[in-house]
Amino acid sequence: MMDALQQLFGPFWPVVWNLAKIVAIILPLMGAVAYLTLAERKVIGFMQVRIGPNRVGYYGLLQPLADGIKLLFKEIILPTAANKFLFLLAPILVLGPALAAWAVVPFDLNLVLADIDAGLLYILAMTSVGVYGVIIAGWASNSKYAFLGSLRSAAQIVSYEIAMGFALVGVLMAANSLNLGKIVLAQAGGFWQWYWLPLFPLFVVYFISAVAETNRAPFDVAEGESEIVAGFHVEYSGMAFAVFFLAEYANMILVATLAAVMFLGGWLSPVPFLPDGFPWLALKVAALLFLFLWFRATFPRYRYDQIMRLGWKVFIPITLVWIVVVGAMMQTPWAYLFH
Amino acid sequence: MIFQDYVFYALAAILLFAGLRVITTRNPVQAALFLVLAFFTAAGIWLLLEAEFLAIVLVLVYVGAVMVLFLFVVMMLDINLDKLREGFWDYAPLAGFVGVLMALEMVMVLGSKHFGYSAPEKHGADYSNTAELGRLLYTDYVYPFEIASVVLLVAIIAAIALTLRRRAGTKHNDPAKQVRVKRADRIRMVSMPAEKDEPAEGEQK
Repeated sequence: MMDALQQLFGPFWPVVWNLAKIVAIILPLMGAVAYLTLAERKVIGFMQVRIGPNRVGYYGLLQPLADGIKLLFKEIILPTAANKFLFLLAPILVLGPALAAWAVVPFDLNLVLADIDAGLLYILAMTSVGVYGVIIAGWASNSKYAFLGSLRSAAQIVSYEIAMGFALVGVLMAANSLNLGKIVLAQAGGFWQWYWLPLFPLFVVYFISAVAETNRAPFDVAEGESEIVAGFHVEYSGMAFAVFFLAEYANMILVATLAAVMFLGGWLSPVPFLPDGFPWLALKVAALLFLFLWFRATFPRYRYDQIMRLGWKVFIPITLVWIVVVGAMMQTPWAYLFH
Repeated sequence: MIFQDYVFYALAAILLFAGLRVITTRNPVQAALFLVLAFFTAAGIWLLLEAEFLAIVLVLVYVGAVMVLFLFVVMMLDINLDKLREGFWDYAPLAGFVGVLMALEMVMVLGSKHFGYSAPEKHGADYSNTAELGRLLYTDYVYPFEIASVVLLVAIIAAIALTLRRRAGTKHNDPAKQVRVKRADRIRMVSMPAEKDEPAEGEQK
């Protein structure tokens, strides 16, 4: 069948084949995003001794679908004196990089869209581009609340990117590669060989920075409902607003997957008697995503100056020290911990 | 023409368009955004030249950090374009000189085959530009590299030291102090006997 298809499309076959692969990644991802919103409402509901959504479908399982349809039929309101082109471009610029980064994420041995050597750098570059959507949304809305939200978000993302980048430097030193697939393979050998153990401070810094990068509670000053209504997307409605939401949850899944790939052994099985495979990655990602929801249900919002202090004065020094420790350890008999 | 040539011409056209719009658009925020587009397409062209490390770092550093701060400043400032354009003709000769100089340099680089240099060979698929750059920087050029990084560090510290002003009367808080606080520092337990609502003795009738 593949040969017949190949003949049908002729020289365009690689394009068609890659598009099919992209669809095969994006569609399940969008499904995961939809049900992550339901999971969030259910989990936070249970933590606050409520039931959560349970009206649409059995156990509320069709709630995300109902939300999507509702948002789809709502009107997109353009604020007066807003820059129309940039106003509509902003949600796309937020979602685009969040999806583009998935190109280098390995789901299983050799199951990756683009197996490039500079994968880790590519991920960092893509996640740093996402901030433009937020800034442009705030500026193009012609609203003070939106503008304040976007400035907060931009400052926060730029600060935490440094700590995040340094945490990844530790990973690439340990794995000796920027290729995400090779980073996973370098952690082979079960639970105690994964990088969470030798790189524990970097793992913690990476995960907390990831929460800050995705503007999630307790770092959600960019939205800050109690002060600036909804921050950068206060002027958005209907599907334009929904795209911001999609991007936030897609980003959460992305950073959780990256944490699982770089510190928790990706698709590798924690015990030798069970086979490796994609279900392990899904399980690890789900566990990390649960942490995101747990944080949101438990912690009060950080003050802005506390966020900046944590990023610059605590995380960056920790990562710098641990990079030196890793470099020194690699010259000692304990270097086997990293390979 | 092979596929890569088409990609190159498409990227080059976008790059030229974005570069032109940076200097012709009237809105400074749009100019900054076109500069972002220019950086991004330039990174694409560098990828075609097998310089993937430089291309990704261009996106990471210039698009992801430098231009964000640029945009920040441009959005906050109230820029009067007419006032900026006032001195145009005063600067025109200098700008023209710099422009001609840059054009000459580009002719020298692009026309290098006329001066006896040939274009570098293409590498195989397993060639890793990142690893090669790292090897060169940390072996052959380790001292120049370290000196350059120290110079940059000095510049960073100098910039911070020059702009750091200690104003009197700012209400900043000391987190270490906040953490060390004990209950006894904040609360004073006062023992107050209950007051009975009894009539005084002398007033008894």
